[in-house]
Amino acid sequence: MSALRSGFIYRLGGLLLALLFTTIVLVLSGAPPLEAYRQMIVGSIGSVKKLTDVLVAWVPLALATTGLLLTFAAGLWNIGIEGQITLGGIFAVGTLRLLQDSAVPGGAAIAAAMFAALIGGALWAALAGLLKTFGGVNEIFGGLGLNFVATSLTLWLIFGPWKRPGVGSMSGTEPFPQTLWLPQLEGLRLSLWSVALAVVAIVVVFFLLQGTYFGLRLKAVGRNARAAFLLGVPTARYMMLSFVLCGALGGLAGGLQVTAVYHRLIPSISSGYGYLGLMVAMLVNYQAAWVPAVAFFFAALNIGSIQLPIVLKLDSSLAGVLQGAMVLAVLAMEGVRRRVQRVREQVTA
Amino acid sequence: MQIDLKGIHKTFGAVHANDGIDLSIPSGCIQGILGENGAGKSTLMKILSGYIQADRGEIFLDGTRVDIRSPNDANHMGVGMLHQDPLDVPPMRVLENLLVGGPGGLFPQRTAAREALLSLSDQFGFSLDPEAYVETLTVGERQQLELLRLLWLGARLLILDEPTTGISALQKEKLFATLRRLCEQGMTVIFVSHKLEEVEGLCHRVAVLRRGRLVGEASPPYSTDRLVEMMFGKAITLGRKEAIGAVGQALELDDVVLEDRRMVVGQVDVEVSAGEVIGLAGMEGSGQQLLLRACAGLARPVHGRVRIAGKDLTGRGYHAFLRHGIAYVPAARLEEGLIPGLTLAEHFALTGGAKGVFIDREAISTLGRARIADFSIRGTPLSPVEDLSGGNQQRALLALMKPEVSLLLLEHPTRGLDVESVIYIWGKLKERCRQKAAIVFISSDLEELLHYSDRILVFFGGRVSPPLPAEGMNVDDLGQLIGGKGWESFA
Amino acid sequence: MSLDVALIGLAGVLASAAPVLFAAIGETFAERSGVINLSVNGTILLSAMGSFAVAATTGSLALGFLVGIVIGALVALVVAVMNITLRQSQVAVGFVLALMCRDLAYFLGNPYMGLSGPRLASLSLPGLSAVPVLGPVLFRQDLLTYFSYFLIFAAWVWIFRTRPGLGLQSVGERPAAAFVRGLPVNRLRYLYTVLGGALVGLAGPAYSLSIKAGWKGTISGLDGIGWIALAITIFGGWNPVRAAFGAYLFALLQWLGLVLQPSLPNIPSQVLQVAPFPLMILALLLVNIGNAEWVERTLAGLPDEVRRGVARLLRSMRASPPAALGLPFEQE
Repeated sequence: MSALRSGFIYRLGGLLLALLFTTIVLVLSGAPPLEAYRQMIVGSIGSVKKLTDVLVAWVPLALATTGLLLTFAAGLWNIGIEGQITLGGIFAVGTLRLLQDSAVPGGAAIAAAMFAALIGGALWAALAGLLKTFGGVNEIFGGLGLNFVATSLTLWLIFGPWKRPGVGSMSGTEPFPQTLWLPQLEGLRLSLWSVALAVVAIVVVFFLLQGTYFGLRLKAVGRNARAAFLLGVPTARYMMLSFVLCGALGGLAGGLQVTAVYHRLIPSISSGYGYLGLMVAMLVNYQAAWVPAVAFFFAALNIGSIQLPIVLKLDSSLAGVLQGAMVLAVLAMEGVRRRVQRVREQVTA
Repeated sequence: MQIDLKGIHKTFGAVHANDGIDLSIPSGCIQGILGENGAGKSTLMKILSGYIQADRGEIFLDGTRVDIRSPNDANHMGVGMLHQDPLDVPPMRVLENLLVGGPGGLFPQRTAAREALLSLSDQFGFSLDPEAYVETLTVGERQQLELLRLLWLGARLLILDEPTTGISALQKEKLFATLRRLCEQGMTVIFVSHKLEEVEGLCHRVAVLRRGRLVGEASPPYSTDRLVEMMFGKAITLGRKEAIGAVGQALELDDVVLEDRRMVVGQVDVEVSAGEVIGLAGMEGSGQQLLLRACAGLARPVHGRVRIAGKDLTGRGYHAFLRHGIAYVPAARLEEGLIPGLTLAEHFALTGGAKGVFIDREAISTLGRARIADFSIRGTPLSPVEDLSGGNQQRALLALMKPEVSLLLLEHPTRGLDVESVIYIWGKLKERCRQKAAIVFISSDLEELLHYSDRILVFFGGRVSPPLPAEGMNVDDLGQLIGGKGWESFA
Repeated sequence: MSLDVALIGLAGVLASAAPVLFAAIGETFAERSGVINLSVNGTILLSAMGSFAVAATTGSLALGFLVGIVIGALVALVVAVMNITLRQSQVAVGFVLALMCRDLAYFLGNPYMGLSGPRLASLSLPGLSAVPVLGPVLFRQDLLTYFSYFLIFAAWVWIFRTRPGLGLQSVGERPAAAFVRGLPVNRLRYLYTVLGGALVGLAGPAYSLSIKAGWKGTISGLDGIGWIALAITIFGGWNPVRAAFGAYLFALLQWLGLVLQPSLPNIPSQVLQVAPFPLMILALLLVNIGNAEWVERTLAGLPDEVRRGVARLLRSMRASPPAALGLPFEQE
């Protein structure tokens, strides 16, 4: 059996294992498993409207995952991506608030907001990067801390300086007029502009990692930063660059959540897409080519699970359980595959 | 203890490390195991000490067939092994190192262990402080600690794997005297080495391994030529010593003083000419590494100036030093030198000076093939570096140095390599010298230092000797200095 | 603020530090053996939910605590199997588990939201609780808090003074050395990871059956505590006593935030709520910055007295992890 095929079979086995685990969880909670799965499928690809909703979720997820491929290449766990998405959203809202009463045309204001979102995400990532490269603070803890700070910054803005006329509420800031929305498909929530941006990002990152000196140096830093430094790669600069680029893509995702989806700042503007992106990146084994498909699958699970509380009175966090179980099971099966391989080698030798 | 090994086989992947080895060692003798790096000596000893298990074969201790499944089993049977790199726990105290894994209840019997340690230590003339942290000891002292631990556990067979690497000449003499005494008391000792003179001077019998097989045994008086022939399958001579005329200045250290968490090093005042080779000698951790790192811009002196090719670079970073023509090759090849997971070609692309944004795979592959041929590396441009052997990794590291480099800073450039690789690598290095590059290198091999250096700096606990001409110095002189003797003349 | 109020407040600080302390000391055990269990945040949520659900259904506090401990041990067992036996990245596995256990807690805990359940009663120690000042602070607590005092002491003695503790240190610092001394490295790693996980699991019911009794889903206010506990493990330099100091400092700051909030109307409540996180980053910065290359380089350029002083200061704060932390051990 070829290595490729056996790898695929182990992966498939992992996915089935995860499904089994989730089924047990469902049975434990007294819910009908098949009905729950059916609801999730119908809720995600049951109609054109649902399908476009999945794409709406796919855009930020794909952007976050793509950005994370850059930090993973450099050997960094950019858990701070959540905060970077959030800051992108905040910067976009801030820019639109500045420009909405001015003479600036809507299109230009949206462009400015998207640019600001990039900067916002990049700055927040740079902070985690500085802590890591110059302060020795592990990026997991630095990033997490900054995520919590970003969330409370959002809350403070919503209930403080940017609160709705009258009193602030969890529903977010006052929505922007339609002139400041990215054009959406007739009657749907999907904007082709944001899909196009995500596709461009995936393609660019794919080539960046595949064929450029930049990508090679990032990989060198990721696999052995000390040796890369001694061989002449400015490691601190490359780590910072990967943080900043990842943060910019995260910021872009946050900006799109504002200009194309919510049209205002809401408390959970990042919606967990950053953490989910980390899982997708692990599941695709850090290969850009697989990002679109797997991100679509995860987005579908997220959208499909919205049906659960409505129809079956179950919590929608089931999607997270299934996604986590899948990543774990695939990692476990990869471990099993290598063990089997080692044992086989020993037997033949 | 009488030891009989019968038909020992062990393979690692495609490598047949032990290929049917039969060996008998009588009780109460010092048995030498001689062989090149990679001959299978360490593997055989690790099997005997339970660290790894043989694929096939039998072990008899005092005539009884035994199954040694772990180092613990071996200890219980009276087999103790002193590993090449002392296997101790650096951040713990000497006494605690003795207690780890030892017998006893919930609370260790510190007082009893301390007394045992001190009395054993006395008996062999060692001076080990039970409360000292192991990380503050020299390699020689750590070895003494391990030796005492094994004796304390009641070892009747002692296996020493390359025990003279990294210890001073004095410590070596003390070690040998100790081993002779233990042997007189009935201890069986297996002494593993690739150094002929040590084996000849110490051992009652010698077995020679080559490529996993036992190729011959010998007893005194030894014929060096025959041993060499058994080890290599042919006679080998080192290249002729050559001096290259010095022209122009490559490196100048002007009253340099260095400091790290453990010691102050200096001061050093030396000028290195183009084409010259400077050896840094001393026990491991005497300050030579810190000085080499300062020459590379990796450590900043607290006093004094560092000039590269006449340009003052004091306080600048490593990459500034690189731009001014230095190359630094660390000792830990896979940890600091090469990048596991990347291919040879990718390494060349990384260091070859990028042109444009996109990698020209074709050009890199061509460059890779040329360098691989030039340094006769056994591998292809697409070989991941971790698949190369140690010798080939070292060649790859040298192949990565840019041709225009004017100062080569090398840490243990030939450590762990077979003689052929050593000769090849020094041939390549001398070629660089003829092209007006200067070399500063660290080594713990005194022969290598004397044979290849023009001048030598000796380090002892942070003190640095003035540059001494290698010509006219012999191993004994150098060994004395490394061990801290004869320094009065420099005052 | 009167003295009595302050004393009751301090007693509350000691009590609310207990779960953080359990988690940090549990993690210290696991990391001392060389295994990072990054799942702590999710584990605490899941065990808090699980033990509350069981205690509320059966009415048995003991059963509730037991379930919490078992959940923690089981999650840690997953980490151990994935890492030690299947050699997958500790960070990846721990992180996914942190998220998955959280989602699992919210999903399975849905039916138990807002129910009322049993709560651990406080137990004044006769005699000791009457001692002025110290009595009300230290000895009018519940069993868990008393256990936390004991745990600090016991964990320290175990790691640094007992024979198995020396073995634990050697396994995390130099597994090969432990192995040649006859210690079963990977089995010990399993043991301490699971034991540490059980302690982390105890933190769950310490919240849901005592300090923040009940289960309120996403607004239980427990999300994030686990990450703080992990940071405290580092800040504590893998030493239970120093970790306890970190946990008490954290609880004290939280309490001060609550106390000061009414008197600082200009600072929005959101700022004080997340104050622990920037403080966590600052603490990690202090213990780690001494290891940074550029700091060493800058120091070397300073005059002698200044250099030595700064170096001493940095060294006193610095903490180095066990040398084999995160690295698998294989026998060739």
